Amino acid sequence: MEKSLEPILKNLQDKFGATLEEFRGEAQCIVKAEQIVGALKTLRDAHHFELLSAQTAVDYFPQTAPRFHVIYQLTSISKNLSVQLRVPVSAGNPKVPTAANVYKTAVWRERELIDMFGIEFEGHPDPRRILMPEGTEGHPLRKDFPLGYEEPQFTFNFEEIDLRKPYAKE
Amino acid sequence: MAQLEEVTVDLYKHLVSERALTGETMLLNMGPQHPSTHGVLRLLLELDGEVVVNCIPDVGFLHTGIEKNMEAKTYQKAEVMTDRLDYMNTMGNNLAYVMAVEKLVDLDVPPRAQALRVILVELQRIASHLVWLGTSGLDLAAMSMFLYCFREREQILDIFELVSGQRMMTTYIRPGGVWRDVPVEFEKAVRDFIKIFPKRIDEYERLLTKNPLFIDRMVDIGYLSKETALSYGVTGPTLRASGVDWDLRKTRPYMGYEQYDFDVPVLTEGDTYARYLVRIEELRQTLRIVEQALNKLPMGPVRSDNRKYVPPPRSEIGLSMEALIHHFKLWTEGFLAPNASVYSAVESPRGELGVLLEGDGGPKPRRVHMRTPSFDNLAVLPELVKGHLVADLVAILASIDIVLGDIDR
Repeated sequence: MEKSLEPILKNLQDKFGATLEEFRGEAQCIVKAEQIVGALKTLRDAHHFELLSAQTAVDYFPQTAPRFHVIYQLTSISKNLSVQLRVPVSAGNPKVPTAANVYKTAVWRERELIDMFGIEFEGHPDPRRILMPEGTEGHPLRKDFPLGYEEPQFTFNFEEIDLRKPYAKE
Repeated sequence: MAQLEEVTVDLYKHLVSERALTGETMLLNMGPQHPSTHGVLRLLLELDGEVVVNCIPDVGFLHTGIEKNMEAKTYQKAEVMTDRLDYMNTMGNNLAYVMAVEKLVDLDVPPRAQALRVILVELQRIASHLVWLGTSGLDLAAMSMFLYCFREREQILDIFELVSGQRMMTTYIRPGGVWRDVPVEFEKAVRDFIKIFPKRIDEYERLLTKNPLFIDRMVDIGYLSKETALSYGVTGPTLRASGVDWDLRKTRPYMGYEQYDFDVPVLTEGDTYARYLVRIEELRQTLRIVEQALNKLPMGPVRSDNRKYVPPPRSEIGLSMEALIHHFKLWTEGFLAPNASVYSAVESPRGELGVLLEGDGGPKPRRVHMRTPSFDNLAVLPELVKGHLVADLVAILASIDIVLGDIDR
């Protein structure tokens, strides 16, 4: 990890209670949903992270708390640094405040997440689907959305596949 | 993506001006089948006479669920899906994905493979910029540009066919190296191209750069400020034409880009003409990289010998039991990657092509997200076209160089 990133991460930990993880030299901070907008604003204004490079989500189904992580990959052009923020989102209440007022990139990227994961972004200016047609049922990138064919079950993975199979269970 | 038969102004009420609701301005569909939208892109335009008041891009017509499909395949097999993303930049997509896999499992790449990757990715960049130059010439009624550009692009696709057997869907770059070493004819084919291409760039420039008609259509059209570009996450030549010196090949060198001497063209005008000039200069700089990489091309293996991730060569399988086991394991179960996530990005012809790859400890990824540059570059289009004529919209759209396969995934 870059030396110059350490004070920034320290600031995130102190101010927003972020927990830090590191893998292959990449910093990943887990931030609570309520604090994400504040954290993004601090990073943009105080630490020159001008670019929201990527915003996406991961589904940890069948785990429910948290079921999703919303990921914000930030890049600082003037300092040549990167940091990743992750917001855990529970299955019962998949809501995150929108980042569209901080980075305009988020307008389309969050529309994609609304469409693909069914995560709600509070205060989003244009919460329509973006890729799938209007009126589509379900959210394709969720793990319990079938890929289009039936997965064969074997004795060793019967239970595992049964969990995510899309047929009705009582 | 909106279903066309259901379109009423209600759906877009929050996006158009009040004048559209009274019928003072007109809503007009451009696309999805339109030659100037560079693919199946639909633009809903609010027009006051011939002036664009609002522009609402509607994407998703080419959505094929590539990210979802990749989750159901092993790491090696998911790679073929990346070719289909941005079909003008297949080698670059391969590289972006493969670098993420290599980062996730911590795999080394031999120097010869790195140099071959650089040569091919840079040739791909030239091919992609040639399609951009040809089609944007076509949009401004310079028909001959299209024919000239495709002539040179053909030469590059022939080189790809030589090394990978495929002109477009190459899948040549593999985790740990490349598929196989290049044939002996490769060097001559690339040298021929390096010899002929500078003269060809001069030819294109003679036709366009000082052409008064062309300048009239391009200068001061579609101004993009530095702040707007950064806020919208615009990257690549479009960002560099707005005065931001940011090229991942220079700022975060990968695959040994630090050993090559090249310049990153940056202009501050931020208009359509500046984006044109930046890409033309990139053609020359890219050719410099190809030439240096070819001159320095080291000898040696083209694949890592880490047998846990890279299949052994065919010749070993008949002689070594262990090689046979590795071959079998790698092509049936695949290799296991840690339960962790990495983000790795390369500079594609259109901007930052990032891959967020998250493993779950098994042989298939839990999540592959392709951060495709065209997606964010298109999102800024409404800001660029407001107040311009419909004819200028065509020039602006061409100048941000989108590929719909890259947007819709």
